[in-house]
Amino acid sequence: MMLTDFSIAEARDALRAKKVSARELTAAHLDAVAALNPRLNAFITVTPELAERQAEAADAAIASGTAGALAGIPLAIKDLFCTEGVRTTAGSRILGNFVPPYESTVSANLLRDGAVFLGKANLDEFAMGSSNMTSAFGAVENPWKRRDSDAALVPGGSSGGSAAAVSARMAMGATGTDTGGSIRQPAAFCGLAGIKPSYGRCSRWGVVAFASSLDQPGPFARSVRDCAILLGSMAGFDAKDSTSVGMAVPDYEAACRRGVRGLRIGVPREYRNDNMPEEIEKLWQQGLAWLRDAGAEIVDVSLPHTKYGLATYYIVAPAEASSNLARYDGVRFGLRAGDGDLTDIYERTRAAGFGAEVKRRIMIGTYVLSAGYYDAYYLRAQKVRALILKDFSDAFTQVDALLTPTAPSAAFAQGEKMDDPVAMYLNDIFTVPASMAGVPAMSVPAGLSAQGLPLGLQVIGRPYDEETVFAVSQVIEDSAAFSARPAVIAGGRA
Amino acid sequence: MVRRLAARLACWGFSPLEGIDPNMSLDSATVRRIAKLARIRVEEADIARLQGELNGILGWIEQLAEVDVEGVEPLTGGAQIALRLREDLVTDGGIPEQILSNAPDRVGAFFTVPKVVE
Repeated sequence: MMLTDFSIAEARDALRAKKVSARELTAAHLDAVAALNPRLNAFITVTPELAERQAEAADAAIASGTAGALAGIPLAIKDLFCTEGVRTTAGSRILGNFVPPYESTVSANLLRDGAVFLGKANLDEFAMGSSNMTSAFGAVENPWKRRDSDAALVPGGSSGGSAAAVSARMAMGATGTDTGGSIRQPAAFCGLAGIKPSYGRCSRWGVVAFASSLDQPGPFARSVRDCAILLGSMAGFDAKDSTSVGMAVPDYEAACRRGVRGLRIGVPREYRNDNMPEEIEKLWQQGLAWLRDAGAEIVDVSLPHTKYGLATYYIVAPAEASSNLARYDGVRFGLRAGDGDLTDIYERTRAAGFGAEVKRRIMIGTYVLSAGYYDAYYLRAQKVRALILKDFSDAFTQVDALLTPTAPSAAFAQGEKMDDPVAMYLNDIFTVPASMAGVPAMSVPAGLSAQGLPLGLQVIGRPYDEETVFAVSQVIEDSAAFSARPAVIAGGRA
Repeated sequence: MVRRLAARLACWGFSPLEGIDPNMSLDSATVRRIAKLARIRVEEADIARLQGELNGILGWIEQLAEVDVEGVEPLTGGAQIALRLREDLVTDGGIPEQILSNAPDRVGAFFTVPKVVE
């Protein structure tokens, strides 16, 4: 078995048993990055020297018996997490040369536990996108291919580089952030497991802000258990984030083994519609059958405001973004353009520094917050958001978790859905409601499309109950026995 | 473009183009005003394109008008617990070099801006 094929759990055991060194493991992954990244463009910045130093430190810690839970595990870090001394771009020209003088809490937690950082993963600019096509550092190619077609597909977004890196075996796991589906949709498109934990589980401190009431860090990996291991390290209370939850971090890895016997799993009827591709409907039914076979009871539930989730999201998220991104003024950090008065510097800096999608969202956000329109758009959206949360709260009085598809399609080709913004937004139709409600949700690879592309199912849980989400997801993973591999992968074509 | 969009949205159960008063859509002066408020310079040649895109998005989110929100308290945050207050203490500071380390232009220990007072 190639070192790049190890799961995190397997690598951890092999490292502890001294069957492999962290240096060897890191070298194998850096080789894979060198071979595949020129094509896939999953990393904006690769940090080989840093990774080698961290691997040496991990080997020393393992030798002295002081190793943390992730000692020697090579990871990709979404380029939205500030990393001390390592350029952090948010996929934007406006932060193209930004080198943070501090470390984000989530990445600091991973380093505390001994992880090795291979580099910074590509993403949609400021995490705004569902295809990774909006990055100022170029598109990311999905390592998966349609049968009989060499067309370059998108990895999903916004955490597209993270997903492509883990899928192609350039990294064992990765961090992502999820605002409306930015972990779950790329996980589904790239055949990975990925979880958006409850809002507040992982600190947002040091994560470049997009929409602060929705942004939530989480992990990608090639198994549910590996995600549980990573989340156990990433999560935890942080005094530096006022929305951080002061609850103990449960043993997520143990929760994966709980099974679903006696659990009630809800099927939200509003997620179904006549135009859903048949293969996705079929996979959904298959997922429910697997859970039933494992001892769960399947219950029909209603989330009546589902249909309004996306429109609510595309008011709330741009509104918060327009406020958060006001800081990019050409004065304190980032790009500066223009040489006239202060207003000229602001306007030219932001015109030159932001890409088209970011500008669109800032302008929508500015409009819905402007005098005369605030009540009609923003305040109304906040009220609909309250109704969406109530839908989930009501459903969770009847069931322990919900099962839905993750995305309405498999990965699409680069360049598709680019002509109108709203068509792109529809990618997030199944993921946005859980984001609006702040509840945990995970995508698990469950099968292949007719064209041979991965499809994911989404497990949604009660607030702060990631443990049940892991338990249900593990049963789906075990039942699906998903073993397909992408076309572009470390060690050559599958 | 509008008709194609309508067809796509209709397949997901949306009817975004109903009930929209065409007079409600943004005119070019409003697009210029939003750009000004957002401090983003927009070239005259791009106004018409932006106007079309923004109207497409606004037309679609207009559907929220049909939701009955009478008596509903707005939800501002993602957290389902009250925000914490911390003690009013200085916990940071004394790091001007770090703070200035990414300044696009600086003089000594200061950020620079064009002259704003004559």
